[in-house]
Amino acid sequence: MPAASLFSRLEPLLPLVQKPIQYVGGELNSAAKDWDAVEVRWALMYPDAYEVGLPNQGVQILYEVLNERDWILAERTYAVLADMEAVMREHRIPQFTVDAHREVAAFDLVGISFATELGYTNLLTALDLAGIALHAVDRADEHPIVIAGGHAAFNPEPVADFIDAAVLGDGEEVVLAVSEVVREWKAEGSPRGRVELLRRLAASGGVYVPRFYDVAYRSDGRIDSVTPNRPGVPATVHKHTLMDLDSWPYPRKPLVPLAETVHERYSVEIFRGCTRGCRFCQAGMITRPVRERSITTIADMVESGIANSGFEEVGLLSLSSADHSEIAEVAKGLGDRYEGTNVSLSLPSTRVDAFNITLANEFSRNGRRSGLTFAPEGGSERLRRVINKMVTEDDLIRTVAAAYSSGWRQVKLYFMCGLPTETDDDVLQIADLAKRVIDTGREVSGRRDIRCTVSIGGFIPKPHTPFQWAAQLDAETTDARLAKLRDALRSDRQYGKAIVFRYHDGKPGVVEGMLSRGDRRIGRVIEAVWRDGGRFDGWSEHFSYERWARCAEEVLANEPVDVDWYTTRERSFDEVLPWDHLDSGLDRSWLWEDWQDALYPTGAVEVEDCRWTPCYDCGVCPQMGTDIQIGPTGRSLLPIAAVR
Amino acid sequence: MRFTSHRDFGRAFERAVRRAQLPVAYSSGFSPHPRISYAGASPTGSSSSAEYLELALTRHCDVGQLGEALDAALPQGLDVLTVVPAGPGALADRLEASDWQVLLPGVPPAEAHRAVATFLRADVVDVTRKTKKGLRSFDCRAAVVVLEAGPVALAPEAGSECAILRLVLRHGTPSVRPDDVLAGLGEVAGFSAPVPPLSDRVAQGPLDAATGTVGDPFV
Repeated sequence: MPAASLFSRLEPLLPLVQKPIQYVGGELNSAAKDWDAVEVRWALMYPDAYEVGLPNQGVQILYEVLNERDWILAERTYAVLADMEAVMREHRIPQFTVDAHREVAAFDLVGISFATELGYTNLLTALDLAGIALHAVDRADEHPIVIAGGHAAFNPEPVADFIDAAVLGDGEEVVLAVSEVVREWKAEGSPRGRVELLRRLAASGGVYVPRFYDVAYRSDGRIDSVTPNRPGVPATVHKHTLMDLDSWPYPRKPLVPLAETVHERYSVEIFRGCTRGCRFCQAGMITRPVRERSITTIADMVESGIANSGFEEVGLLSLSSADHSEIAEVAKGLGDRYEGTNVSLSLPSTRVDAFNITLANEFSRNGRRSGLTFAPEGGSERLRRVINKMVTEDDLIRTVAAAYSSGWRQVKLYFMCGLPTETDDDVLQIADLAKRVIDTGREVSGRRDIRCTVSIGGFIPKPHTPFQWAAQLDAETTDARLAKLRDALRSDRQYGKAIVFRYHDGKPGVVEGMLSRGDRRIGRVIEAVWRDGGRFDGWSEHFSYERWARCAEEVLANEPVDVDWYTTRERSFDEVLPWDHLDSGLDRSWLWEDWQDALYPTGAVEVEDCRWTPCYDCGVCPQMGTDIQIGPTGRSLLPIAAVR
Repeated sequence: MRFTSHRDFGRAFERAVRRAQLPVAYSSGFSPHPRISYAGASPTGSSSSAEYLELALTRHCDVGQLGEALDAALPQGLDVLTVVPAGPGALADRLEASDWQVLLPGVPPAEAHRAVATFLRADVVDVTRKTKKGLRSFDCRAAVVVLEAGPVALAPEAGSECAILRLVLRHGTPSVRPDDVLAGLGEVAGFSAPVPPLSDRVAQGPLDAATGTVGDPFV
């Protein structure tokens, strides 16, 4: 029996809530498939508000990949805002998809993408509204399998009680593999219920089923072991790596919403992975190796993406976009093609590098040169060596000089506070740097109206990085250090409004740190926070540090661990980390060596990029059977006649 | 679709214009915009089959083909009904009044009749509306050309009664919307709807004050 649309019950209630358009669906390029014509049905969730979740690339890609199969149906669901949650509870309307407004509990699978740990409480709201038991072990056979993905799923232990399964890495192929397993199991008449289905998924080695692993703790609170508790379940679960991005040119038909969202553009991922080796960067560590899309595929995607969406802006995405082996050709080719049209191109995530100013100029031929953003991350050269982000101060000054003399008026600089070995002095050097930036800008442009924005956030050690063993800086010291920097920036009136200082206080970072490196015991904290009203923790107006601190204290009262234990405590090599049984491909002893290299007493040891220097044995390629896939292809873009 | 705001609609329409590859004219200046003038957008939450806009093109086009191309490019639920070459004068000047149908689920028709009669006896009915600048108070009675409680309609859920209002509103400043008149019914007659009413704009155009009918702006 098809799951009925809830829309007729929902519609009369929509005038009661803010921005009702976010619950209506009807996006261009969304799919409406016949419920009974398919064998496997997915509800894909991004656990944030529609305006944030809709543009998410990961969800859009999987949505399209799944719906292209005639035997699979995928719909989307997002976190509902507090006013809608209240209306839904009052009128007993369950969590629904925006495509056909079907109840989420009716699907075979709920796939949830965790870009950040701060979406965990929103998962609980969605499950509760859906009428799905919060704890995976309490779920009945007819409930969907709740399966997590995304970067935060590389340590899913804090949500282990709430999810049935997790997958690591690229989703394109594994969602199809999971669908096959579900299809087969259903065709056999769903033998032995959901546990059998989970067993089959786990046996594949590429799907982590937390309930099949027992965690034992030592009396001091550390993990003693994580072991499979039934035969046929692998001791470690591996990540998935998609090779040959040219044969997976998604999204082809981007979703174009009626509602306004945070990104109003068509985005093309120009490569996946990064081997720059910045030691703090989880994304760069877990997405290896680098796999490029070719210049011609990029151009084809841009062309059809614009035609299929009507967007005016195109973003060329990756972790460090200027590192594409043919980025200059891509920039020039696309610049030529779209010159004189209203299509604008943007290149987020670029490194500090004078070459990137040439690129930026190419991308702004229409003359709009508002601001450029660079991320030196560390204030002093010593610290940038510790984090292996090798940018010298002179590089940075040369880059901003080029930017200001090419007509750019504003430069944004991103930094982190609380990096390993950092002292007040490292952070105070940011002030000197910012002043030098303004001096240089005034000199080369001959103008006074130039700006430099200094944006700084607290560093949070992440799993699967060399800093996974590091102590996180406590909130008080973070705040004190940032206050000193603020005073140093404001002390000199000569720079007045030219330097804008933006920072976040240290407390939210403590919670994020606890969730990032937490284990299964943290699940009870998440649940307590959610029961206490915690929602949308990624939004500063909803986040409550007080609530998290209070709930953590209550829940962990009888445990040998507390918030500090999870955050400000440095770990040793022999400690079993909660995610050690989850394989990102990185060799654990290489990570440790790299961590020790960062701390080397006479100055940190540099690691170069394996794209242009020999392999340094991080372990990913041999472990995963993958290889670097980069150009140059030598191909160039022919001008196409502008369609008018 | 009725929950699209005029800004949502504008974005969707401009994207459809680009997808349909219409030779739309752009404003000159630092950040060029397509030259589209929207006239009298209906409030968010109401449906409409009488919205009008003007689109400036760089060359002459066949109106039939243009309408088809645009309709095909628009999202489901937004439909192009008619395309005509622009006449002299501002389109907005021809849109003197709107004809609305307001469905009141769960309201007994007799109650609607009573409230309407009380409303029409009043010369001035002040209502307040929340705007961006805070609460604003104005008269909603003068703009009402026609207000009548219609026949009993079949309710969406069987068994419950349902009244329909027909409402002709003269455009002006401040612009009076159906929800203002409903608020006015509340002011004068204590009327309130148990379920949010559904407003539908049936027509927009020149007003024949004698008969209270709204004509076709293209005639």
